[in-house]
Amino acid sequence: MADSTLQVGFETQGTAVVVSPQGEIGYSEATVFRTWLRKAHDAKTPRVVVDLSKVDYMNTPGVATLVESLQIAKKSKTRLILCGMNEKVFAIFRIARLDTVFEITPTAADAVAKA
Amino acid sequence: MSHVHPSNSESMQDAQVRVELLSHPTFISGVRELVSSICRRIGFSELCCGQMALAVDEALCNVMKHGYEGREDQPISIGMQVHEDKGGNDHSSIRIVIEDRAKQVDPKSICGRDLQDVRPGGLGVHMIREIMDDAIYEKREGGGMRLIMSKKNPSQGASCRLPDAGGGQSHG
Repeated sequence: MADSTLQVGFETQGTAVVVSPQGEIGYSEATVFRTWLRKAHDAKTPRVVVDLSKVDYMNTPGVATLVESLQIAKKSKTRLILCGMNEKVFAIFRIARLDTVFEITPTAADAVAKA
Repeated sequence: MSHVHPSNSESMQDAQVRVELLSHPTFISGVRELVSSICRRIGFSELCCGQMALAVDEALCNVMKHGYEGREDQPISIGMQVHEDKGGNDHSSIRIVIEDRAKQVDPKSICGRDLQDVRPGGLGVHMIREIMDDAIYEKREGGGMRLIMSKKNPSQGASCRLPDAGGGQSHG
């Protein structure tokens, strides 16, 4: 049985790497998502932008990969910016009180343009 | 009219809907859609439906990851019982029971972690307790664990409660 249907876009825009997952980030997909986030940090750009505008659903294993990514960013003194969350995904961050922990912008363009 | 309340003495036998699945992550999304669909039909808001589906998703993830330690061929039973508001002063509610045959743990040890401690993992139980009105873990006779969750539909026009917004970050 296929364990993950997650598609992930990956590109460099200026001084940022933009990671764009598409689909659901649940228990099965979190491992794939983690691999792409680590690849983004390995690029050693000043900013890693995670565009969640095409993510329909996320649960706490998905959130955990982003917390892990934030810890990597802090250690390497880079910025992790999340953007494009729909209401349901944003609600998870609110319930977990993580909406104030992450840097969040409405769109990827905002995140890339952010100084 | 009476609401559906969780009770330690009640189990799967009261369920109006029963689903049996193996502990493979592939099946989680199907259960989520079923829960969401039933909650929508009994009048919960879209946000509430999504959150209750998330609570069930988190509970199943915990059974698969911690209870069965990643084994994908173990039994899980889900039962649902609804009380549908027919237009009176009462509100719809749902009770969801999840049973497994995994290793037993002290129910008191199942608690969400301190959210001030920002680290990966340990958020699932917190999510369940925040979203549902009640979430009771208990040991099953003969082995395995049982989680009994219930939620009453918030007042008309109100949506599911979310914690107050934090530090003024923008969200589109």
